[in-house]
Amino acid sequence: MSELFSKIVLYFEYPFVRYAMIAGVLIALCSSLLGVTLVLKRFSFIGDGLSHVAFGAIAIAAVLGLTNEMLIVLPVTVLSAVLLLKTGRRTKIKGDAAVAMISVGALALGYLLMSVFSTSANVSGDVCSTLFGSSLILTLSKAEVAVSVVLSAVVTAVFMLFYNKIFAVTFDEDFARAGGVRAGAYNLLIAVVTAVVIVLAMNLVGSLLISALIIFPALSAMCIFKSFRPVIVFSAIISVVCAAAGILISILAATPVGATVVAADIAAFLICRIAGAAVRRQ
Amino acid sequence: MPLLTVKNLTLGYEGRTVADGISFAVDSGDYLCIIGENGSGKTTLMRAVLRLNSPISGSIETGGGLKSTEIGYLPQQTEVQRDFPASVREIVLSGNAGHAGLRPFYSAAEKAAALSNMEKLGIAHLAKRCYRELSGGQQQRVLLARALCATRKLLLLDEPVSGLDPEAAAEMYDIIDRLNQEGITVIMISHDISAALKYATHILRIGSEIFFGSRNEYIKSRQFADFSAAYGSGEE
Repeated sequence: MSELFSKIVLYFEYPFVRYAMIAGVLIALCSSLLGVTLVLKRFSFIGDGLSHVAFGAIAIAAVLGLTNEMLIVLPVTVLSAVLLLKTGRRTKIKGDAAVAMISVGALALGYLLMSVFSTSANVSGDVCSTLFGSSLILTLSKAEVAVSVVLSAVVTAVFMLFYNKIFAVTFDEDFARAGGVRAGAYNLLIAVVTAVVIVLAMNLVGSLLISALIIFPALSAMCIFKSFRPVIVFSAIISVVCAAAGILISILAATPVGATVVAADIAAFLICRIAGAAVRRQ
Repeated sequence: MPLLTVKNLTLGYEGRTVADGISFAVDSGDYLCIIGENGSGKTTLMRAVLRLNSPISGSIETGGGLKSTEIGYLPQQTEVQRDFPASVREIVLSGNAGHAGLRPFYSAAEKAAALSNMEKLGIAHLAKRCYRELSGGQQQRVLLARALCATRKLLLLDEPVSGLDPEAAAEMYDIIDRLNQEGITVIMISHDISAALKYATHILRIGSEIFFGSRNEYIKSRQFADFSAAYGSGEE
């Protein structure tokens, strides 16, 4: 046990491990805060769709030879999020079909662009690490960690300041709108924040696994708690603990970071599910 | 000056007209029942009054010091709400979200209003309970308490007893009647003609033939005679 502990201490002397831990925990916090709202609004798959859009945008950035790909990835993803959340109801193409369409389309076009135009010798390696975030989080620079910290702080602050409005709009958009809440503006806010969180989360788990980071903590918390505030708080706690545990295990056991974090989230979900069922039976 | 004046309204969506020629006025203290067949545009009319969708033509004006955001709304339940993790208190409090503006938290006065509305509707003891675990009647009372947080003047109720058993439905009608006696103006969509005739002061019938007038005028009207002939007296 002490051997394991000293091994962890040793690893934490490397700045990249500390950076990964800080960024990972903060991203997990943000994604879980939003996750509850997205799951309840029936937008569980929006994370998936938007992360594929971000993947497509990364491909375009790579083809254009941009050094700072964020310049194109963030605006494109934010725009797609706004379009997706706005179309929601009463459009010709229903919400879930629109997400699926954009998701698959962006993924295919992104891969096409990368394989046709890429100058890299290892296209499938590049694609794989973008999709699964194999070790991206262990290569974060100090500046990237700073950006993650600032964005996470902004997301958390926005969520706390508008918590009551977000609840009102999520529970009953029509009622909120009738009462004078600017529901459209809050939907826009949720869309923009979702896009920012997804672009951030790509560094941690890669495109494919972002949905897991958004939905698992929310679903786990909903198994156990029955009011909104405890669900939010508990999903944030689960998400942070799973991210920290996942990153530690992946370093110790040399497993892929993103997949390990998601595995920890799945384990937490199963535990909550069983605990929730046991409580209900009593 | 009536609280609400609707003139020559045409309603529809995606370019299709569902109802036209609707005109009526609601004075403070009225109890208006909107009746009509399924698909005649009752909910569309209510949503237009709430400014949730815009009419094709015609005008909807509020008066008598009523702002368009001072209308309490009891919508039909949505799929999302049936498994939403929220406590009764959280939902009733959210009725204040409209007048909180950009203020992030609810004031002491708003919290007190939420509590007194829960007491008024006999659900204060359920404050910490989970909404989705309540009976249909209790859920409707929670949503009504939320609507009361949003307004003290005008309530719009969209089929408030649909899906309730007869006992819970009778209780709901009693509560609405009591609120009306206390001076709150009520506009209610209903399928239940007998309840409409028992409680309402005014009737608006939309659909193929449009009628607006007081309850007594409605009873005398030809449409009611036709309706009675076709469907029995409307009483059970």
